[in-house]
Order: sequence, then C-alpha cells, then structure tokens
Amino acid sequence: MEKMNRRKFLELIIGGSFLGVIFSIFYPIVRFLFPPKLPETPQFQVNVGKVDDIPINSGKIFRLGTKPGIIVRKKDGSFVAFSAVCPHLGCIVQYRPDFEHIWCACHNAHFDLSGKVLSGPPPAPLEEFKVKIMGNEIYVVKE
Amino acid sequence: MKKLRNSIYKWLLERIPLKELIDFISKKGVPIHPYSYWYFFGGICLFLYITQVITGILLLLYYKPTMESAYESVHFIVAHVPFGWLIRSIHSWSANLLIGAIFIHMFSTYFLKAYRPPRELTWVTGVLLLFIFLAFGFSGYLLPWNELAFFATKVGTEIVGTLPIIGYPLKIFLRGGEEVSGATLTRFFGFHVAILPGITFIILGIHLLLIQIHGMSVPLGMDEKELKKEPFFPNFFIKELMVWLGITMILVSLSVFFPWPLGNKADPFAPAPPGIKPEWYFNFMFLTLKLMPSKIIFIEGEVFAVLVFFFAAFFWILVPFLDIWSAKEKRSGLFTWIGIVSLVYIISMTILAYILP
Amino acid sequence: MKMKKIIIYSLFFFICNFSFAKEDSCFDCHNELEDNLKKPVEMMKNDIHYQFGISCSHCHGGNPLIFDESAMDKKYGFIGVPDKKEIVQLCSKCHSNPEYMKKYKPGIRVDQMELYKTSKHGILLEKGDKKVAVCSDCHSSHGVLPSNDPRSTIFPQKIPTTCGKCHGDKEYMKAYSIPTDQIEGFLESVHGEALMKKGDLSAPACNDCHGNHGSVPPNIENIAYVCRQCHSLAAELFLKSPHKPAFDKMGISECVGCHGYHRIEKPSDEMLNPQKGICSSCHEKGSKGFSIAEKIYSEINDLKNKIKEAELILNRVYKMGVEVSEAFLVLQNAKSSLTNARNLVHSFEIKRIEEAINEGLKNTEKAYNEGKKGEKEAIMRRKGFAFSLIFFIILILALFLRLKEEKFSKN
Repeated sequence: MEKMNRRKFLELIIGGSFLGVIFSIFYPIVRFLFPPKLPETPQFQVNVGKVDDIPINSGKIFRLGTKPGIIVRKKDGSFVAFSAVCPHLGCIVQYRPDFEHIWCACHNAHFDLSGKVLSGPPPAPLEEFKVKIMGNEIYVVKE
Repeated sequence: MKKLRNSIYKWLLERIPLKELIDFISKKGVPIHPYSYWYFFGGICLFLYITQVITGILLLLYYKPTMESAYESVHFIVAHVPFGWLIRSIHSWSANLLIGAIFIHMFSTYFLKAYRPPRELTWVTGVLLLFIFLAFGFSGYLLPWNELAFFATKVGTEIVGTLPIIGYPLKIFLRGGEEVSGATLTRFFGFHVAILPGITFIILGIHLLLIQIHGMSVPLGMDEKELKKEPFFPNFFIKELMVWLGITMILVSLSVFFPWPLGNKADPFAPAPPGIKPEWYFNFMFLTLKLMPSKIIFIEGEVFAVLVFFFAAFFWILVPFLDIWSAKEKRSGLFTWIGIVSLVYIISMTILAYILP
Repeated sequence: MKMKKIIIYSLFFFICNFSFAKEDSCFDCHNELEDNLKKPVEMMKNDIHYQFGISCSHCHGGNPLIFDESAMDKKYGFIGVPDKKEIVQLCSKCHSNPEYMKKYKPGIRVDQMELYKTSKHGILLEKGDKKVAVCSDCHSSHGVLPSNDPRSTIFPQKIPTTCGKCHGDKEYMKAYSIPTDQIEGFLESVHGEALMKKGDLSAPACNDCHGNHGSVPPNIENIAYVCRQCHSLAAELFLKSPHKPAFDKMGISECVGCHGYHRIEKPSDEMLNPQKGICSSCHEKGSKGFSIAEKIYSEINDLKNKIKEAELILNRVYKMGVEVSEAFLVLQNAKSSLTNARNLVHSFEIKRIEEAINEGLKNTEKAYNEGKKGEKEAIMRRKGFAFSLIFFIILILALFLRLKEEKFSKN
C-alpha cells in the first residue's frame, strides 16, 4: 500500500513538473508566433512625413536605418534628400533657408542642393537619397 | 478515460502493426558495460537536431534572406519579437553544441569500433551526416549577414576554390557568382532550410533505421549475449529524458547569460577586419592551411593541405572496410592509433588556433 | 684645363644638337660639377619654372648659349647669387606683371609683392634688415613647387617647418622681441594635430591665419574674423554678443582671450567652471556675468552627466543581452545637442543655450528610459529562467527516483 502511495505520489510529481516543463517550453514559442505591435525598423526606406508638413525652403532631419538624413523642400516645391552626416568630421548638417542650401555648423561647410561641396573643408559631397512621393506621404529610399 | 484509450488502441491495431511495434520496443535492450555512457551521445545529437529544426522553423517566420534585410530581420527578432532573443540564441548555441556532440559521437563509436560488421552502413551514413552538419553550420553562419560571417564565408569559399580542376566551378556554385554577394546569401539559405534538411531526412532516416535493426554495438572482446541488458523502455528512456532535460537547461542558461552577439552588418566594400577566423569547428583545418609551407614538392602548400583533408574524409568513410582486424573481431591497434592521432591533432590545432595571434 | 674645355664643349655641342629646344649651358655645365654647385641643377629638375622653360639666366643673368665660363660675365647681366633685396626685385619682375603672368596661368595672382610690402618681413627688409624672409626663404630658390604639391615647401603640412626655420630658432630670433614657441605650440594644438597627424588638409597652417605674403599678426579687434573663416557659427555668435564690445574696450583679443592662439587646445567645459575657469577671471563672484557663467556650467555638466548615466545603463543592459542599439541612436542625438549647446556658449545668451540643453535632456531621458526598460527585461529573463529551471530540476529528480523504483522493482 505504502509503495503504491509512493508510486502514485512520484507519478504526480513527474506529471506536475512535466507540465511545468512543457509550459516553460511552449509559452515562449506561442508568444514568439505572434508579431509585436510595431512594424520592422525600416532600414532602406522610411516615411519621413507628409508633404503638407514640410514648408517650402525648409529642411527636416530624419532617420534612415542607423544614420541621420536630411530632406529639403526646394523653392520650386520639389524634394531632395541626403545623408545628414558631414563628410569632414561627421557633424550633422542643417538646411539654411537664408542661404537656400545646406550648411554644416562645425567648420562652415556649404553644400548645394545636389549635395556637392560649395566651400569648406569636406573632402566629398553628401550622399544623395531618392525621394518618392505617394499621395501625401514622402518616402526616402537609399539605393 | 481508459475506455477511450482502449478503443483507440483497438482501432489502430486493425490498421497498423501496433502489436509488433510495441513488442519490439518492449524487447529493446541496452547493453550494460563500462562504456555504456557513450550510448547517450547519439540521442544527444538527435535531440539537438530536433531543437535546431524547431527553433529554425520559428526563426523562418521572421527571417528575410536578402542582403538588404537579413541583418535587420535578425535584429528585429532579437530586439522586438517576444522571446526572439531566446529562440535565436538557442539556435546558435545548439548549432555549436550539436557539432561538438557529433564529433564526440563519431569518435566514441570509432574507438569502440562500433563500425564492425554488420554496422558498416551505419558508420558510412554517420560520417555523411557529419559532413552534412558541417555544411549546415557553414551555410547557417552566413545568414545573419554580419561582418564576421561575411568574411568567414569569403575565406572559406576561397579555400574551396584552390582545389585542382573542380575548385573553381565549385567556388562559383557555392557563391552564386564570382564574389560573396546577395546571391550567395540566397543560395546558402536554400541549402540551409531546404536542400540539407531534405538530404538529412533521408540519411538520418537510414541511420536510425539501421540502429533499430542492429541494436547497440558492444565493445571489442565483449560477448553481446553474455552482457546484462537494461530495458530501453522505461529505464534507458528515462535516463535519456534526463539527459535531454539537462541539455535544454544548458541551452537556456547559455542563451540567458551568454546571448549570441549580433555583430555589425556586413559591408562587402570594407576591408576585412584583422584576425578573421572561421567557426571553431573549422579552425583545425584553417590553422593547418595557414601553417603550410608555400610549396610541397611541386604543389602549393595550401592546395596540398586541402587535398590531404579531402583524402582523409574519403578514408574516414571507408574505415569499416579498411579495418580488416576489427572486422574479424581482433584487436586493431593501427586504427586505434590513427584515431588517437586524429583526435589529438584536431583538439590541439583547435586550441592553438585560439592561442596564436 | 684646355682638355676639359674641349671635352665639355664637344659633349654639350653633341647633346645640344639632340636636346629638345632648350639650350642651357648653365644647366649643362653645373650638372657636371659637385656639391653646392650641382645642387641647384638637381633641384631645378622639379622646379615649376623649369617646367615652363624658365631657367637659370632668367634670374641670375648670364648667357646660356655660351658653353664656357665667359657666359657668367657682367656684360651678359650675370649677378651671381642675388642678395635679399635683389631676390624680391627679381621675383616680382615677373610675378607682379599681370601681362606676363597671364600667358602662363590666366587666373594667377600678381599682388604678392604689394602684400609683401605691407608685411612685417617687407617692412623690416625696407629698413635694411638682412635676416627677414624673402620669396626664396619660403618658396625655396630652386625647386619651387605649387602649394598643392606634397613636395613643396609651402604644402600645408610643410608650412610649420618652413616658417619654423626662422621663427622657431631662438638664436636666430634673438634680436626680435617675439616668442619662438609658436611652432611648438601649434604642433600640440588641435589644429596642428588635425593637419599633421590626421592629415586633414583643411586644417589651418600658419598662413591661413597670418596671411601668405602680407603676413602680420592679426589685430586683436579682428581675430574673430580670422577664426570665422572656419568657425563661422561661433564667431557670428560672439560678434553679436555683449562680449565683443567689452573685449574691444578692454583690449582683450577676441577668441584668443579665452582659447589662446598657437597652442589652441580642444575646448573643455571646465573653461566655464566658476572656480577655476576663464569666466571668473573677469566676472567677479556675485556679478550677473558670474551667475550666468555658473548656470551655463552647471546645466552643461548636468546634460553631460545625464548622458554618461544613460550610456552606462545602456552598456550594462547591452552586456546582459538586451538589444538597445536604437536607444544608442537616440543618445547620439542628445550628444549632438550637447555639442550645439557648447557652440551656443559663444552667444552667452542663457536662453538659447538652455533650449539646446533641453532638447538634449529630452533625448537623454528617452534613452535612459529605454535603458531602464532593458534592465527590467534582463531581470525578467533571469526570473523566468529561474522559474522554469525549478520545474526542470524537479522533473529530473523525479525521473531519477522513478528509475530507481524501476530497478528496485525489477530486483
């Protein structure tokens, strides 16, 4: 009788802990199957905002993947986008509406709206990104 | 409850040879002797492979096999998907443990001469599985598309290219082109999730079937009929379950305390970072290549080494047919020595690869 | 001697018949000589004048078509080695003549001589000083190369050595009342490091601040304009700030007053320290200026420390296995704000500085919170692990006992 009780008790323990183990294995798997609420971090294409939100002759900094970018709305209403990292020493550039072109505050570099260096120390132009307008949304794509 | 069980049993009995199966399992016995512990390693390999299949399928739900998104998708899994960090780290750690277990399993069966007749084909399929799993490791390593993986693949396929005659076409086949690129990634993905698993299914199936047919081999000199046997079910099965639970604990501990790193995204145009090494299980071959003199007789040192490994692999497959002494149940000192030299070589070269700068 | 003459004459006659256009006895004869007399020829091979067909006789006079020593006769205008004043005349003979220079390079400047006359070197030379620099001292006499040629004595990375030849020589400069530690200081400065060690050719050498030909130490009221060439934002902010009129009144050098001149170091936040910084050297404790300096110092340090804290926690969490690379990016933005705030210090307008600092604090907080979240995640993982571990261990033990049972019952 005692042996039977011990047996039964042991089987209970085995059953219980087995359920615990199964739960520990299946809970993460089931959670894994359902994707998180936020979409994947866009690395090569990103929505930088609405057309109406960027006024003429202004610029806005955005993030593409791990790097900062700058989108500029020119006087004629069209958009251009570049990497916002200055090729000289890596500072973040900005758009100057008074110059109507891009400028780096660190060592007074000037870039035209095709990314080329107008004056200052940078040894190379700004990398250009492609801009795609879909309806009222602006997308910047890195090729 | 019992009634339901019985009716299902009866229903199945009419359709499949259930009785014979149950009979077979209940009669299955595992010999007991001082070397019995080595029997666990086959099951360990099987368990780790199943882990790989399950975690691999889960990763497949989120992984993107293009060079633009591969790294980012792995980052997404690790950073944002619930328990993604766990599934990914288990997959990476389990891969390494699996290959380690396969080597141990292979060497233990070698030294115990388990390849003696009638188990020659078990050995052959086993060695083929070793090569298949090395291919699994090599192809899977590239998939996160990080710096280390990219350059390890570049170096590895470059070495394949040095083989005479077949080297160049083989390199192009592996790389999907002249260079390691997005095409390589797509190809390796195909190998890793479809082609290799398909081949494994067949070869592993044969391997396991043969084991059921022949049962466990006993060491040279022992008589199978004289040895005590413990029943597979429930005794050995419980032991195996305990081992598998233990390994699961190890895998989870490793994933929690030593998570597998993400690394930096691969940049095909950047120069190789210094000290590129392949995964540890290739290191002994890699170091051998590095230490070769530039020319041996008239052959380039590296090519010579690659050819030696090629022939060593060929030799290894044929061991059961070459070891005529074990086949006659006689002591086989020569092959034991070959085994010891190989094992010592592999272990010391692997360690050396990590000590040397 | 006669034999030598015959050999040389015939040799060069032979060569001249096969040489391309230029018949230059100076070149050919001196090439056969040794040491100091041969050196100019070797150097001329790389000289830009020589490449344009302008040779020895254009400056030294003499007749390049006569292949003996009579070529060096006064009647051919031979002047030997010119003295300092002669050198300046010789060079400007061409280089100040726009009609002549246009032929070789349409856009080349021809005002060097004019500028030189306004320089300290030019002024002293006029007074008869024979130690000052003239054209050949900087450009070299033979082997003149344009400034974008790395072999040139006026290539940006070579300029500190060229100027330092005199200005760094204590003995040489003994008679003048100027220091001789400029080169030393420059090489240790942020500009010197950038130019000489990092190879950034856009970094300033001596001439970028002092001028090329009209070199003179800049007036203390105009130094901001000099630095403004590159540091435009800081200079603009400064020029619009109350410090500009104050410095002018007190005769303190702009920019230089706080940053030094040759040995300009990377600016540190400690310059704002009320106790040992620069502000307190003018602003007394209790004054408005002092309290503003205090505020700026504490706010910048606050942001700096908060960024460090956030970085620490993110690094720790990263080591524990939680992915936080996005939070690191947010922190990068905060670091940009810190740089911006430091730049804005030149305006001395506390409101503008605070704006940048608040932007930085916002991002730092975001990054820090991500770090805290990551910490929680790391702890949750370990807790979950421990929890499931208990079940595993119990199961293994229970199975072990079951096994024992089995063996026992079999017996």
